[in-house]
Amino acid sequence: MRHGLTWFNIASLILGFLFLYLPIALLIIYSFNESRLVTVWGGFSTKWYGEMLQNEGLLNAGWVTLKVAFTASCFATVLGTIAGLIMSRFGTFHGRTLFSGMIYAPLVMPEVITGLSLLLMFVAVALDRGFVTVTIAHITFSMCYVAVVVQSRLVSFDRSIEEAAMDLGSPPARTFFQITLPIIAPAVVAGWLLSFTLSLDDLVIASFTTGPGATTLPMKIYSQVRLGVTPEINAVCTILVGLVATGVLAASLITRRQEMKRESEERMAAAGG
Amino acid sequence: MAQPGDSETGSKIAFMSGRSASAGALAGLHARLLMFPPYKILCALLKRLGFSGRSAVIAIPYLWLLAFFLAPFLIVLKISFAEVQVAMPPYTPLVTFIEDGWIAFHATIGNYLFLLEDSLYINSYLSSLKIAAVSTLLTLAIGYPIAYGMVRAPRRWRFALLMLVILPFWTSFLIRVYAWIGILKKEGLLNLALMNLGVINEPLTILNTDTAVYIGIVYSYLPFMVLPLYANLEKLDLSLLEAAADLGCRPIKAFWVVTVPLSLSGIIAGCFLVFIPAVGEFVIPDLLGGSETLMIGKTLWSEFFNNRDWPLSSAVAVLLLLVLVIPIVLFQRMQERNARAEA
Repeated sequence: MRHGLTWFNIASLILGFLFLYLPIALLIIYSFNESRLVTVWGGFSTKWYGEMLQNEGLLNAGWVTLKVAFTASCFATVLGTIAGLIMSRFGTFHGRTLFSGMIYAPLVMPEVITGLSLLLMFVAVALDRGFVTVTIAHITFSMCYVAVVVQSRLVSFDRSIEEAAMDLGSPPARTFFQITLPIIAPAVVAGWLLSFTLSLDDLVIASFTTGPGATTLPMKIYSQVRLGVTPEINAVCTILVGLVATGVLAASLITRRQEMKRESEERMAAAGG
Repeated sequence: MAQPGDSETGSKIAFMSGRSASAGALAGLHARLLMFPPYKILCALLKRLGFSGRSAVIAIPYLWLLAFFLAPFLIVLKISFAEVQVAMPPYTPLVTFIEDGWIAFHATIGNYLFLLEDSLYINSYLSSLKIAAVSTLLTLAIGYPIAYGMVRAPRRWRFALLMLVILPFWTSFLIRVYAWIGILKKEGLLNLALMNLGVINEPLTILNTDTAVYIGIVYSYLPFMVLPLYANLEKLDLSLLEAAADLGCRPIKAFWVVTVPLSLSGIIAGCFLVFIPAVGEFVIPDLLGGSETLMIGKTLWSEFFNNRDWPLSSAVAVLLLLVLVIPIVLFQRMQERNARAEA
């Protein structure tokens, strides 16, 4: 597309990004507000962070959330990578339409439906609700995101490298671990991060599938938010936003550097050959 | 699931096949395990039954999704035909075993009749569809100029701009909705700013109205609209616009007759990604909407958590799914087609 911005392009970019970032920026700024009132600036203070650290319920919920997110994202990455591989490399097989339906539908399925249906199933098979059920629920929806990310990476890379390896006698499993996996590694890492943050975020599905002793942070935040805006919650949110933003930025910068390195290596190889 | 007489490419990608026993991480493990008789017998048995490595790989995610995505829907469907009872689980069984090996079958469509009779539910469905449709159009109207500006920006800005769109998508949904409460409420930051600027004298009531719900949905789903549009516009063939200009077409007209029709698939993908989840949205209408904001996700939630009527909330879910099944299938078809086209 032609480069060169018109005033209209510049205005829409500035207004668009202001709209996207202003609410989060205000939330972060007011987490350092001395005053309890949201609209009155009482001077800079970190006291709400101190209070947050003394709130045992909040800390417990944070710990549960991290455990669920870590376990779920690891399982989801393995399952999702296999699913993405099947979607892009296995051609047609019996039940492929159903399989792709089950991969794409959870991406847009309203959370209330997913949450309710999983809960009713856990009750039907008499599985005690708690850590395990929330984790299973999170694996199920985030593996679909991983599958889509991995699949889009797989379709964009040259399949002839894999075929060359196999023509030279490398068995399929070895080809996967030595050729395919290193190339799609950025997508797999991105998929893991995505599932981690999706799990960290989820309120609706967790509310349906959780049980006593496994209250997650979003559920805790939600129950306090219903009572009103407090600087303490602003502080929790700021920390969460900061953690996720740092993780995502770091991961994307690393992937970008690797990609640029790979591209320049490919160029050099092509020039040398 | 195994294809009879696998084609040559099929067997090439048959992961963990018996021939691969000599190398590779998994294959190495397989080779070591083959020294143990029980494993060897199991492998031989599976092979005899027609299981290849390929179908074993397919089976892992397939079975998971069958068990935890498809089966739960069938259970919802089943329970939507049950009645409430004071017990745990709080619904009547569909099939009961009675003496002499007879089974009794007990199902009711009462829940569905109730949903159709009570105007609250019909209105919830209709109002959800309306709110989702209007917000989708608003998101498109705001998202298109952003995506368009991004592709016209210099190439070295692209990565930064893309990151700026993706980052809010990674930040918690709940937090982003919560941030708007502090802005929109009566003594909130928006009213404060407008009053200080002298635009208004009385604070506006925005929080707990449908307007706040629209703002919340547009804000939360904007990245879902911008990303597919950007991916689509980036691939647009520049020479077509040049050709239009050479033939005397003015830029604004060229935008409508060339750019928009060519980006249609991006527009449709973005609209699906916003519309379908927005219909069943719970968090936004609950936190930003008022008591008169009717959305089906909220109705289902209160039916389940407040009234503890599991069969009725199942029926609400089944009807919601029926409303959404056409857009979901269309969305899946489109994704599958795009994936194949790229490959």
